[in-house]
Amino acid sequence: MRAMSVPARTKTGTAVPAPPPRGRRPREGWSVRRARVATARSLLLVIFALFAAFFLIPVIWLLLAPTKTDNALVQSNPFTFGSLHELGLTWHYLVTFENGAMLLWLRNSAVYSFGALAITLVTAIPAGYGLALTEFRGRRLLLAVTLVVMIMPASALVLPLFLEINAAHLIGTIWSVILPMSFYPFGVYLAYIYFSSTIPRDLLAAARLDGCSEWGVFRHVAVPLARPVVALVAFFSFVANWNNFFLPFVMLPSSNQYPVQVGLENLLSSTPSFNPAAGAGLDITRPELALAMVLAIAPVLVVFLFSQRALVSGMLAGATKE
Amino acid sequence: MAAETAAARGRLTRRPRRDRGGDRARSTLRARHGYAFVGAYLVLLIAFGVLPTGYAIYLALTNSTGQLVGLGNFTAVAHDFRFAPAFEHIAVYLVIWLVALVVLVVGLALLLHGRMRRTAATLRFVYYLPGALAGVAGVLVWLFMLDPTVSPVGWLLNGLGFTSFAQVIVPAHLPVVLALMAFWTGAGGWIVIMYGALNNIPDDLIEAARIDGAGPFQIARRIQIPMLRKWIAYMVILAFATGSQLFVEPQLVGEASLGAVSNSWSPNQLAYLYAFQANNFNSAAALSVDLLVLGLVCAAIIVTRSGLFDVE
Repeated sequence: MRAMSVPARTKTGTAVPAPPPRGRRPREGWSVRRARVATARSLLLVIFALFAAFFLIPVIWLLLAPTKTDNALVQSNPFTFGSLHELGLTWHYLVTFENGAMLLWLRNSAVYSFGALAITLVTAIPAGYGLALTEFRGRRLLLAVTLVVMIMPASALVLPLFLEINAAHLIGTIWSVILPMSFYPFGVYLAYIYFSSTIPRDLLAAARLDGCSEWGVFRHVAVPLARPVVALVAFFSFVANWNNFFLPFVMLPSSNQYPVQVGLENLLSSTPSFNPAAGAGLDITRPELALAMVLAIAPVLVVFLFSQRALVSGMLAGATKE
Repeated sequence: MAAETAAARGRLTRRPRRDRGGDRARSTLRARHGYAFVGAYLVLLIAFGVLPTGYAIYLALTNSTGQLVGLGNFTAVAHDFRFAPAFEHIAVYLVIWLVALVVLVVGLALLLHGRMRRTAATLRFVYYLPGALAGVAGVLVWLFMLDPTVSPVGWLLNGLGFTSFAQVIVPAHLPVVLALMAFWTGAGGWIVIMYGALNNIPDDLIEAARIDGAGPFQIARRIQIPMLRKWIAYMVILAFATGSQLFVEPQLVGEASLGAVSNSWSPNQLAYLYAFQANNFNSAAALSVDLLVLGLVCAAIIVTRSGLFDVE
């Protein structure tokens, strides 16, 4: 386009010695730019669409898979809905597997995740506040250790934790999972960043002048302002607890204590969906496994859908540090 | 000497003693409150962070009867024929994953930023959604995606020359397969964070650059990316930490591959085998300490260089 417009202008320039018409140049520049913008924009859309497909196709496929028979999964178009009847059958086969093991696993996951979440909140939020807005000996050391443990691979601690819990005779109890999970330095770090960046010290000093005790300042000034970071810590902690596999895998020996993540692994290894030689749970084929996965992710998915706004604002809380 | 200077200073300033005592009392009170706020967390930190770490180091330096063996466990583990391959696997995987993560996450956040606000919001959510499948479910979904018989993109796998699941899940492909899974579940959250950090750059700054004639590429290269630097470093730290501790992903892929993929593919799997198959807790601890040091060294480098943790 540009190559064409340049000689055209020269031609008019040589034929007519008068200065080139004023309106012409900007209009051509504008159309060239518009064409480039259009090309760039369609290229962008292609990139966005490709990535959207990459992120979405597995999710859509997974949601549709339980509505089909194993055979239809192989034969039919992957993006069609099977039937509700088939979904009912899939559900039936899944929940009757080992007398409702699936539902028990989901219940266990809920107990472990919420239990640990509660302890995390009552420990991490005050700790973040204390680190950000009070002075005490060893504060910097505690902050540094928190950072280090937060960054350190969590599962590097799983085997030592196993030995420690074993020595305390807590293996196989729910505390062997809940207590280590509730130690969540990332939550402390998030609370610390939030309190040190968004709450002006003057505000706290004013509350103290008005006769608030240190605890009162925290309770009546800091906590009401901290709602975004409480939501954020709760979200990250819940998701981390719910998805934790390695810790319960090591700590809990019996199937009726498994959380759903370990249950899924059990389904994978002991049923014929990926292992044609498996002896147990012959009714558990690929659609049943897919349904188990959908059930396993459902709570986190719900949290994702409903807390999106709080999450984004919370994530930005960390970004507005300066 | 120090006491003398202090006394001299006290005499010079003629500060009444009572007041100084009051100051100290108040600051002690403050400090006590500080401890009250962090106390419960401190208990958890010691019980489930410091104590097991110390225990791992103790175990790594002793044998099964509790005798000190120096670095014996470390050398024994390092001479295991499975040791070097496990670290090689993880190194290849980390290179692929971290490069893809940094390039694509920063690229997509920049492309999404400042364009079509509503579309950008929808797309961010779409990219973010698979984060809900982190963990076992995310791995299982990809086992289905990579099985040409049921995969919705079976045509793509066929086009690449794969006709069976076994052909896709050969050990040589594992770093790429695992990077794909990690990117699928992890990238979206980081795109949201990077996008938020981009929103935080003052509009005046971008506008000034534009008036000075900077195009979108120059703005990205000279303003936006430098201002994202600490967030990128933060992403790399956490991604490295999670990447070096891979356990569930290779474990499940190994189970689904029916033995084609070794059950000691990653160092953490090897440590697990030491503990639960060989009942050798000392060697398992040595390997855990290796992993820990690896994570700590990299974290320290980035923490001291990125400027992210200059919070005070």
